[in-house]
Amino acid sequence: MQPIHLGLIDGAILIIYFAFVLGIGLVLKRQMRTSTDFFLSGRLIPAWVAGLAFLSANLGAQEVIGMAASGAKYGIMTSHFYWVGAIPAMVFVAVFMMPFYYGSKARSVPEYLKMRFDEKTRALNAVTFAAMTIFSSGISMYAMALLLNLLLGWDFNLSVWLSAIIVLLYISLGGLTSAIYNEVMQFFLIVAGFAPLVFLGLRDVGGWSGLQVRLTAVSTAQGFAPGAFTNSWRFMGSASDNPMGVQWFAMLMGLGFVLSFGYWCTDFLVMQRAMAAESMSAARRTPLVAAVPKMFFPFLVILPGMLAIALTQQHGLSGFSLPAKPDGSPNYDLVIPIMLGHYFPSGILGLGLTALMASFMSGMAGNVTAFNTVWTYDLYQAYLRPGASDSALLWMGRAATVVGIAVSVAAAYFAAHFNNIMDLLQLVFAFVNAPLFATFLLGMFWRRATGHGAFFGLVSGILAAAFHHGLTQPHGALTLAKGGWLGHILQVYPSEMAQNFWTAIFAWTTCFVVTIIVSLGTRPQKSDEQLRGLVSSLTPRIVEENVVWYKRPAALGGFVLFLALILNIIFW
Amino acid sequence: MKVFDLRIPLGWLFAVLGLLLVVTGLRATPAADARSLGININLIWGVVMIAFALICLWLARREARRRSRAGHSAPH
Repeated sequence: MQPIHLGLIDGAILIIYFAFVLGIGLVLKRQMRTSTDFFLSGRLIPAWVAGLAFLSANLGAQEVIGMAASGAKYGIMTSHFYWVGAIPAMVFVAVFMMPFYYGSKARSVPEYLKMRFDEKTRALNAVTFAAMTIFSSGISMYAMALLLNLLLGWDFNLSVWLSAIIVLLYISLGGLTSAIYNEVMQFFLIVAGFAPLVFLGLRDVGGWSGLQVRLTAVSTAQGFAPGAFTNSWRFMGSASDNPMGVQWFAMLMGLGFVLSFGYWCTDFLVMQRAMAAESMSAARRTPLVAAVPKMFFPFLVILPGMLAIALTQQHGLSGFSLPAKPDGSPNYDLVIPIMLGHYFPSGILGLGLTALMASFMSGMAGNVTAFNTVWTYDLYQAYLRPGASDSALLWMGRAATVVGIAVSVAAAYFAAHFNNIMDLLQLVFAFVNAPLFATFLLGMFWRRATGHGAFFGLVSGILAAAFHHGLTQPHGALTLAKGGWLGHILQVYPSEMAQNFWTAIFAWTTCFVVTIIVSLGTRPQKSDEQLRGLVSSLTPRIVEENVVWYKRPAALGGFVLFLALILNIIFW
Repeated sequence: MKVFDLRIPLGWLFAVLGLLLVVTGLRATPAADARSLGININLIWGVVMIAFALICLWLARREARRRSRAGHSAPH
């Protein structure tokens, strides 16, 4: 494909944005006096800022590019990742789990595990999490450099090093506050950059009704019912009736329960934003503030994919079409960049590209800030130098930022050369993550759960995920990285997504059951006094007499769920 | 640690970018707008961004005034 030509004005917009990013880091540098300032923003962040950062930290490359690609492949069903997946989990963590995360004064999620369970459970979580974040950051960087190369003809090395240096500067200067502030700016930039794109695309295709008509052709051409691309639930009765190849139970349990709760309720990358909030009340409102815009993100990131495939099917008024991969199939990953180049004239084109780059960089920054905190508090202070002074921790935080980014850059080059190994690593991380939510659920709501129970539950959950993956395959799998590597295939799923959901369900259930059995067979190592504030039954309920009703988590959560329900019904 | 109000840099960023878009939009030719289906998207969106910027800056200013008033009236 032909690289998009950038005008002077587009370059200026990009440079002005970078200047603001670095400026924020510079101004914040003077405020970073203690390690709490650097890693937890001094616990001073207001709810709306923490909430938008909570949303943005997860809005990296995978989200923007991946969701648009899924929109093109599966249609509106992709929005289940939001309306069934993220939203209920975000409400749950705000209402039920935040009192223990924030109230325990733990500085990280692994640290909570240490306070609630024991050292080995924390170490397992800290090590896997640190490795995972650093590789994700590298993959994000790789994806960005690849895209900029394809789109603008920029040099791969230049993109990698430039983004690495900018992220390094603003985080090592201003710590978590700098990352959070930039994430919020990035949120508004993404909305500003993508909303006009969706508007123009919809206009080109003839509005929602025009989109439905065109997607009917896409749907029937693939052998599905006419509305399979524009109805989110109607065709989920059987896995073979919808393009995603997933049946409703696997969707609700696998994605809606295990995977989404596992991510939104236990991942330190997002939880760190809530832990930095200025008060318990602000911390509990953080995921709820995030949930409201999150619910409408399908219109910004999934709709472009659906528009792109509809416009390609029957050329729109302006002749838009998706480029093909070397093998002739459409290249779904390019949906948003190609649409930017097609609809945006110079000027707003710069804004759109800035939004795209901002999302890549803040995805990286989110990973790096989570990494430097877990490294410094949960590995360095916990095992390497237990008596380290606060200024040593602050120094280590900056050093960990440099090392973390250096490893990410290495991972980006590694991904460029050994794509398969990276896929494999991501697979392993998926195994590690799947059972986690069972551990937290039992830890917070069952006081009898013990450290041994949590540790062995987690380990067996991870093994269960690996075994399930090794014994099953998605339909049409060509490599063993997709499953079936144990040599014997017990089950063939209609799609990779269905296999992923079931892997998660098996892992979660195994962890849940094993944790209970081992806990009942071992003696509790912690006294009730030590568990106060960490477990539901030993923590006094939060009284909210002075809070206006609409700021109360339960009321706000109910409102969020109600909105999500309406969206599900509209696009049924 | 005392942090500055995020709405200030946010407002300024959107004001500057919005202004750039408005200027580009005012100088646009019909040929340049052909891509955006004949709509002068730069001009329209530039104005929207400036409006958003003004709201941010106004809110930040109101908050700063409220804080300073509360600070003055506090008993010492």
